[in-house]
Amino acid sequence: MRLTSFLSTGALLLLASTANGYTVFVSNEKDNTVSVIDSTTLEVTKTIKVGQRPRGIVLARNGEWLLICASDDNVVQVFDTRTLEFVKNLPSGPDPELFTLHPKGNPLYIANEDDNIVTVVDIEKGSVLSEIPVGVEPEGMGISPDGTILVNTSETTNMAHFIDTQSNKTVDHVLVDARPRYAQFTPDGSQVWVSSEIGGTVSVIDVKTRKPVGKVSFQINGVNADAIQPVGIRITRDGKTAFVALGPANRVAVVDTASLKVERYLLVGQRVWQLAFTPDEKLLFTTNGTSNDVSIIDVEKLRVTKSVKVGRYPWGVAIAPF
Amino acid sequence: MKTIPLDRAPPTLADAPQRAGFPGYLACFNGIVWREMLRFIHQRERFLSALVRPLVWLFIFAAGFRQVLGVSIIPPYETYVLYEVFVTPGLIGMILLFNAMQSSLSMVYDRETGTMRTLLVSPFPRWFLLTSKLIGGGAVALLQVYVFLLIAYAWEIEPPLLGYLTVLPALFLASLMLGALALFMSSIIKQLENFAGVMNFVIFPMFFASSALYPLWRIRESSPLLYEICRFNPFTHAVELIRFALYAQIDPASLAAVLGFTAVFLAAAIYAYNPSKGLLGRRGAPGGTA
Repeated sequence: MRLTSFLSTGALLLLASTANGYTVFVSNEKDNTVSVIDSTTLEVTKTIKVGQRPRGIVLARNGEWLLICASDDNVVQVFDTRTLEFVKNLPSGPDPELFTLHPKGNPLYIANEDDNIVTVVDIEKGSVLSEIPVGVEPEGMGISPDGTILVNTSETTNMAHFIDTQSNKTVDHVLVDARPRYAQFTPDGSQVWVSSEIGGTVSVIDVKTRKPVGKVSFQINGVNADAIQPVGIRITRDGKTAFVALGPANRVAVVDTASLKVERYLLVGQRVWQLAFTPDEKLLFTTNGTSNDVSIIDVEKLRVTKSVKVGRYPWGVAIAPF
Repeated sequence: MKTIPLDRAPPTLADAPQRAGFPGYLACFNGIVWREMLRFIHQRERFLSALVRPLVWLFIFAAGFRQVLGVSIIPPYETYVLYEVFVTPGLIGMILLFNAMQSSLSMVYDRETGTMRTLLVSPFPRWFLLTSKLIGGGAVALLQVYVFLLIAYAWEIEPPLLGYLTVLPALFLASLMLGALALFMSSIIKQLENFAGVMNFVIFPMFFASSALYPLWRIRESSPLLYEICRFNPFTHAVELIRFALYAQIDPASLAAVLGFTAVFLAAAIYAYNPSKGLLGRRGAPGGTA
């Protein structure tokens, strides 16, 4: 009797604790660790040892798996997000940097920075399905919401490569500004936004015509233009607002997607790199590479509320729905 | 209720009964505080200049230094802040400092014009008169600070709403401390001309050797000695107390320091204004020989 009541209280407590908080995972490139942050308390609850030079991280299997690009180990590691235990390695091709998961949950598309290819991997079977040749130094990976089109950016070729996910073949290439880093589709799938680190711009490309339809430029009083290096991009579910990490400008730009005008710059830590929303879209987490912390933005108020210390060179961020 | 003749200033003091109870004290207190307020309100230029000074620092100086900070998070801030945000409590401190000095300046002026005698012949205890005078000066400063904060809000300096309330006791305490210091100094200075000179020796070193314009760890990087001086500076503690209070937090070290300094300065001022023992008596009356 006492045991059952104890158990039911425990279950209730568990339910209560899972109801409001999310688990945030941050890859620390230099420390070979992943910091685990509770989105309610905004404190690092655990730091787990992972492979060498972890960069891109993404969740799979509805948040049960955490996939990590261990760039210097040339593998993608799989961790269980609840137990934080290592599950298995996935083949990745050499030097995986960034990847994206098919909206259906499989396969995984990995950019291999050194080999100028995109590797397609079945995450359940752990097998390589295909290797797609792209431009020099592939990095940014974005997939359309319906999963039919994959966009890869190559840092040296300065192109966004459109790949048909049915045939795994490149179907088009769009020239963008120097050193494209990241590709992000709008939620309706009509546009893809590509950030150019050296060019200092974000190109907006129409997915149907594969033509650039606009460009977002940035200007911050007191910040040198060459310090403005756009990298990570996130767009709200309603498609109205985009957040762009501006690297060494230490700012996140808030962009109105209709006018392509910057509404506000939010001061965060140094060399802000990647971004991730909590599933309820109330908070946006930023990884700040050289100040070794993560800044948390209140999405509704557009204010930076806190910065939390993590490991050295935080790079990627992924947030589990529990 | 006795009618108060208008030609005598400050009337409430002159009319206070010899053995006044609480109502008498209150009337005296109101009289002094109200006089300070009236004085301030009637001097529109003073209100304007009191406001323009910190705003010039905020809009021009801080704009030039915008990129200076943002390299380290120091409490009470939880994330990176722009220089404008950092310097705001320092500028509030500046308002209090200038106001305290100006209020004491008026003491020197009062002494020269003879109004001070009216105050000091009052039957109320000297400590009460002087503290009332300080509170009057403080009330004027609070008005200036809140107007400044309102303008700063439009400049995107947005402390939490609760902070506007919690900063009030900190402002009051800090203005009392600075006022007491200024009052003590005013007792040593006999003429307005001297006062201006001494203010330069006090206001500027106090303001610059503090955490008002830059975090102390920055100063430590360049000079450990200067860092120690800054840490001892009462103004640093006043600024830090305000900084934390503006974010609804208490910095115990600063609170203790400000309380301690207030007690010391107030005691010194009361002693200095005691004609039998203090510096005032020894130095002779205004206009007299030094």
